Amino acid sequence: MSDQTLTGEAQQEHEAQTEHEAQTEHEGRAHPSDRNYVGIALILAVLTALEVVSFYVEEQLGALLVPALMIMMIVKFAIVVMWFMHLRFDSNLFTRVFVSGLVLAITVYVGALMTFRFW
Amino acid sequence: MSVSEQTAMAPTGSAPDADDHIAHDAAAPAHHTSTGLSNEKLGMWLFLGSECLLFGGLISAFLLYRSKDVEGMTGPAVGDLYDIPFTSVSSFVLLMSSLTMVLSLSAIQRADHRRARTWMLTTAMLGASFVAGQVYEFTAFVREGLGYTTNLQSSAFYTLTGFHGVHVTIGILMLVSLFVMSLRGRLSAEKTETVEIVGLYWHFVDIVWIIIFTLIYLIPA
Repeated sequence: MSDQTLTGEAQQEHEAQTEHEAQTEHEGRAHPSDRNYVGIALILAVLTALEVVSFYVEEQLGALLVPALMIMMIVKFAIVVMWFMHLRFDSNLFTRVFVSGLVLAITVYVGALMTFRFW
Repeated sequence: MSVSEQTAMAPTGSAPDADDHIAHDAAAPAHHTSTGLSNEKLGMWLFLGSECLLFGGLISAFLLYRSKDVEGMTGPAVGDLYDIPFTSVSSFVLLMSSLTMVLSLSAIQRADHRRARTWMLTTAMLGASFVAGQVYEFTAFVREGLGYTTNLQSSAFYTLTGFHGVHVTIGILMLVSLFVMSLRGRLSAEKTETVEIVGLYWHFVDIVWIIIFTLIYLIPA
């Protein structure tokens, strides 16, 4: 009887451990350290500086200006969303919810703008 | 087996009772919801997803009217009045406020309330500097003869940047509320998620500005 109880408890503990591991995976991984956050902010600051410099060397960049600015904008956006907003570490459900709204907005408005001459 | 051990082993989706709450408080990450995630946090992400549509509409409207060739356009064009060095500094200030926000969250997660309050206040002050800069910019534009109803372009510009400014102001109010809650000792270890949710809102306001700064200010019409 006592052995059976011990076996039952051991099984329950194993289940709880498995559940805890699944929960940890579901909730996400550990967040970055303060030093990492400062490093990320420095990258963002450098990208912003590059954007402003690109604006002033518009003639030298020519047709490359718009793609260069767009790429830097997307990189900055992604860095903030993934690191500062923790989407990289949190549950995939949050990513899906946010990306759905973002993709819907881009699709709707790019679609609408394509019907006009706006550039 | 103790009561706390039993409750700790309860399935995530089970109906919460008094003991479950004890277990929940002891281990903050466990959420007794059907998804196993915090409903408040999920709600904020849903809200931010919907905000993409709001700002997408406002940005599209400005892109549509930014051309100087719009028929019957009166007054100066917005693009001729931009002060890029000034707006660049404002953008940098808002970007750095995202850093201070995340440092505040990090501090409160370590139960370092004093440092968390310092970063919270710093974030609010950086946000206020950004809003003050926006007010200065609007005033300068109006002095140059560009009012809200001067032309379609100015209406779209003021609506877009004004909406963003209102969002920043709401963020500042939320940060000040958190600061006061923390001072009064109402921001306990179990409520760190509140700071995280306000942080999500703040970072969203920042990423919207990242887009506005590039598409509206830097890319020529």
